Amino acid sequence: MFKNRIIPCLLLSNKGLVKTIKFKNPRYVGDPINAVKIFNEKEVDEIAFLDINASKEQRKPAFDLIADIASECFFPFCYGGGIRTIADIRKILFLGAEKVTLNSYALENPGFIKEAAEVFGSQSIVVSIDIKRNLFEGLRVYDSCRGKPTKLDPVEYAILAEKIGAGEIFLNSVDKDGTYTGYDLEAVEKVSSAVNIPVIACGGAGSLADVTAAINIGKASAAAAGSLFVFHGKHRAVLINYPSIEQIRELIK
Amino acid sequence: MVGTKIVIIDYGMGNLGSIANMLGKIGYQAIISSEVGDIAGAGKLILPGVGSFDEGMINLKKLGLIDVLNHKVKIEKVPIMGICLGLQLFTRQSAEGTLAGLGWVQASTVKFDFPPKRSNLKVPHMGWNTVAIRKPSLIFNGLEKEARFYFAHSYHVRCDNQDDILATTDYGYEFASAIQTGNIIGIQFHPEKSHKYGLNILKNYVEAF
Repeated sequence: MFKNRIIPCLLLSNKGLVKTIKFKNPRYVGDPINAVKIFNEKEVDEIAFLDINASKEQRKPAFDLIADIASECFFPFCYGGGIRTIADIRKILFLGAEKVTLNSYALENPGFIKEAAEVFGSQSIVVSIDIKRNLFEGLRVYDSCRGKPTKLDPVEYAILAEKIGAGEIFLNSVDKDGTYTGYDLEAVEKVSSAVNIPVIACGGAGSLADVTAAINIGKASAAAAGSLFVFHGKHRAVLINYPSIEQIRELIK
Repeated sequence: MVGTKIVIIDYGMGNLGSIANMLGKIGYQAIISSEVGDIAGAGKLILPGVGSFDEGMINLKKLGLIDVLNHKVKIEKVPIMGICLGLQLFTRQSAEGTLAGLGWVQASTVKFDFPPKRSNLKVPHMGWNTVAIRKPSLIFNGLEKEARFYFAHSYHVRCDNQDDILATTDYGYEFASAIQTGNIIGIQFHPEKSHKYGLNILKNYVEAF
């Protein structure tokens, strides 16, 4: 039976693992390889690694780190951050990632989504859409590289991304990031219903019940979370955790 | 089999490192290569693949690997396992592209096409799913009841001969998720990314097949 995925979203900064709140104040939470080893044992569905500084600092993806991650990953993972060429993608997939996540450069040059999908197939190309609510205009795509909102409607952008070859949408809410207040279910549902490709909801999960809501109410194909899987308790002590298969069966029916 | 030279064919299509990693975990050293010489000397071949069908065929041609592969697989009958796109390339053609495939199995590759009442299913079929065994095979030796596998594909194989189907998976309908014709075995999911369940499949291929 097909099962919706539950995906830890791990943010990378200078090769360390960090966690943000509303895309700000990255806090160091540990070593990514150590986290991968723990998630291996917990038989995680998949991990999304996002380097939050690569594009800002105009850096290439951290290939040596990807190689290290891949050597320990016996589950699928996707990598995003600093990808700007077909050669970048080829190298990341060769090293052992299943998928790459395009964000900043796809916003700048949507044609790159098409180019990448033609070479690597749609199933390897995830388009990440950061969203932020705006008092006057409602939901808009947020340009996290430049740190400002765009005029783009995320639903329209997701439809365009699908049309030109994206295989999956990673929908990440800036307002919800790290807040434990639940997913932006309205946004998740809008985008999920508008496209025929899987949508991964991210941002705001404070409990496993939120994960269930993203799937059942938001109609997401997968639910991703950062804080929920790296912190424990109200003081946010670092503790890598993930539901057991029995728990997941109860969560997603 | 111990001592057999395992070659993972490098044709620029995807996650070769992870297959070698997983084999390494169970103590087998595989060679990742695009050299005709390495492939000619292989005792067991793996054709992985993440990518599009035509791009895969173009790369195999560009590297001059088609003749050596035909010889190994059709004449020498050396075992070969295709994973994901690797499996699809074994077929005659694919709805994803215009080029002819390797044509080693009586099958074609088609896109997921759901009846309207199942049209809420997303494509690609992306995530974890189970398999139903249709025919006994060494590849599924020791398959656990809990076994689940990672899939990431928009196209799947349709066999002319139902007898070639080892296992099926349900996504909108039952499709062939593992097939075999003699020394040729193909798997639609990614054993290299399927935790201990996938490890078991790779172990079976190397040791028992």
